[in-house]
Amino acid sequence: MRTWKTAALTTALSVLGATTAMAGCGIEAGRVSIVGNEFPAIHTVAEGAEACAGDGVEVKANLTADHQKINVAGMQGNPAEYTSAIIATSSIMALMNEDLIRPLDDLVAAHGQDVPKRQLIVIDGKVMAVAFMANAQTLVYRQDVLDQIGVAPPKTYEELLAAAEKIRAAGIMEHPVGGAYAAGPSIALEFVDMYIGHGGEFFKPGTAEVAINNEQGVATLNMMKALSAYMNPDFLTHDNNATAAEWEAGNVALMNFWGSRAVALVDSEGSAPQVHENTRVGPPMTVGGGSIPASALWWDGWTVAKNTTDQDALATFVALAHGTSPEILNDKTMGQAVWMIDGYQPAPVNGGVVAAMEMGTKPYPMLPYMSLLNTAVGENLSDFMQGKESAEQALADIEAAYTSAAKEKGFLN
Amino acid sequence: MKHKTFLWFVLPSSLAMILFIVFPLVSIVVQSLHVAHDQVVTTVENCGPFGCTTSTIIDQSATEALRREQPLGRYAGLTTYLDRRHLAVAEVGDAWRSAQGWRDLGARMLNLPFYKAVAFTLAYTFVVTPLTIILGFIVAVAVNGVTRSVRGPLIFFSLLPMIITPLVGSLILFWMIDARGIVGAALQAVAGDPGLSVKASTPLMWAMLMVYGVWHAAPFAFIIYYAGLQTVNADTLESAMIDGATRWQRIRFVVLPHLLPLTTFIALIQIMDNFRVFEPIVSFASSAHATSLSWTIYNDLGGETRQLSAAAATSVLTVIGVAILLSPVLVRTWREFGRR
Repeated sequence: MRTWKTAALTTALSVLGATTAMAGCGIEAGRVSIVGNEFPAIHTVAEGAEACAGDGVEVKANLTADHQKINVAGMQGNPAEYTSAIIATSSIMALMNEDLIRPLDDLVAAHGQDVPKRQLIVIDGKVMAVAFMANAQTLVYRQDVLDQIGVAPPKTYEELLAAAEKIRAAGIMEHPVGGAYAAGPSIALEFVDMYIGHGGEFFKPGTAEVAINNEQGVATLNMMKALSAYMNPDFLTHDNNATAAEWEAGNVALMNFWGSRAVALVDSEGSAPQVHENTRVGPPMTVGGGSIPASALWWDGWTVAKNTTDQDALATFVALAHGTSPEILNDKTMGQAVWMIDGYQPAPVNGGVVAAMEMGTKPYPMLPYMSLLNTAVGENLSDFMQGKESAEQALADIEAAYTSAAKEKGFLN
Repeated sequence: MKHKTFLWFVLPSSLAMILFIVFPLVSIVVQSLHVAHDQVVTTVENCGPFGCTTSTIIDQSATEALRREQPLGRYAGLTTYLDRRHLAVAEVGDAWRSAQGWRDLGARMLNLPFYKAVAFTLAYTFVVTPLTIILGFIVAVAVNGVTRSVRGPLIFFSLLPMIITPLVGSLILFWMIDARGIVGAALQAVAGDPGLSVKASTPLMWAMLMVYGVWHAAPFAFIIYYAGLQTVNADTLESAMIDGATRWQRIRFVVLPHLLPLTTFIALIQIMDNFRVFEPIVSFASSAHATSLSWTIYNDLGGETRQLSAAAATSVLTVIGVAILLSPVLVRTWREFGRR
């Protein structure tokens, strides 16, 4: 009896001991709570961070397409609900404007020796985020459809329009062009890409005064209108998810789409073999005879909240550094994004974003008032896209809406 | 009842009302009179994976000092109410001076976000409310005339549209009216136009939003009218039958007058509810075609921009709008109270 009891006690203690040793990544205790967008690459990062969970360390992730609606509010509490937000070039400004993220210089110096310097996002001399992937919108096309009409993948938007006309004339697809033209943030990003391609500047240099009511703005709108003529007539309700659904249903052959989301289009889930086997990703297109790609480079990265204890901040830093370390790269995750991690080998589906970087695509402007312009664009393009007002009127409306919002937020007087 | 007893009696609900109605009202009024402080911006160097650029950021320490001194923000008076996102006084004045005719003036005013939202909200309220009442009444009379054995299940099915969460119900309808959905395809067949798409057409989208509104709110009218029908005086009905009144005459001269107070009640609740229309616009993703006051507030509050003063001003204008719509009823109630 005694031997049995001792044996049981020893087993129990050793099991407990083993559990303590299993709290991975070398964190002793802390709470990590991540909020971020929802696509395959972010899932991988969150899973990498969750591998650090264990005895005393709690790791949760809330990944949703509506993350921008909840991250600012979720990090304003003290202590903040989310200890880390996975954000991109523009969404970091919302957090910075409200002073919700902490500088990471100390944590990088103490625990981040493995993080490559190129991944550090430095704003005003302080490391505010660690980037782990690059993203951009580039051409996505159906190889079999282009073969049927005997056209090479378009390099410019004008070539894309010609190809779309041929596809429609051949009776293959009625609405061959796809695009996330839903009123709101989706169409605003398409406008930004196209406007950059036309060589336009958004603001008067050094000020917050908007300057888009010019010939580049009009050319941008006219090109978007021309593209929409080849789209499903419901395009004003199609966000990224609906656009991807249209692609997987085999209704679309040409579109300007995110590299990170194109990954989900080439897998075997959700679409017929003819669709996913023939989906290809090409470089971003130029427009209007220009040489600047009509696209913008984005980085996705993680931040650490300001309103948390230092212990939670340390746990968050280590967990997320682990989630974006070379350990997460394997056959399944390698092609999910253009990772900025050591040991990354681009898969064919990442060719678009790699080409975007090589072609010198401009980075998305990281300005505190850019989101106000985005909102103004997203709210005021539907009338023009439906043919109810002129391009100049739409641009004037956008400028007026932006100016009134910027005055209210104190960027303009 | 003695005054003291009365006061103790209403104390819990008064506290709740003060907490959940008075304080928020005061809060939005105060917030709508302030705007954010002038942002102190500095030029900085940003370095990232794609190189270094010169950019601007908000100087947090300078802004922090301002915020601590005046946490509410800069006092702006009625500026927010008069700016382009709200009453747009300057733009309306321009439109009045330079418009050619009423239609042009109307089109220009509808270009302004607040008036666009008000136009849809009012159209929605004044179309959906009477249709709800009429449909609810018809269903109540029909269910009342059915045999008792079937009545239970029939009442359950009639209540279903109201039990379903508005967001879910409108999402279901959203997919049904898609050009490749059941209702969308049926509409295309009926109209003989294969390119017809509800989601791409503003008038059709307005109609569909109102159809959803009536479908969702009719059970409310139905159940109230059904209860009212149970209390109709059986003697009066019988004597009307003996006098040779047809079914329609019976309804018109006995049932309808009896249900008039209930109609006023339903109309009141429905006007208040429909003025706050929001869920269908979100589920139908129809902000390109129709916006409402509640949707404008939600749009201002959410996302990266968080324009709190603008949202507060729109909220105050919505409250004023509801007060205006309900003023006839309020005046009548006040008069009756004064008379007694």
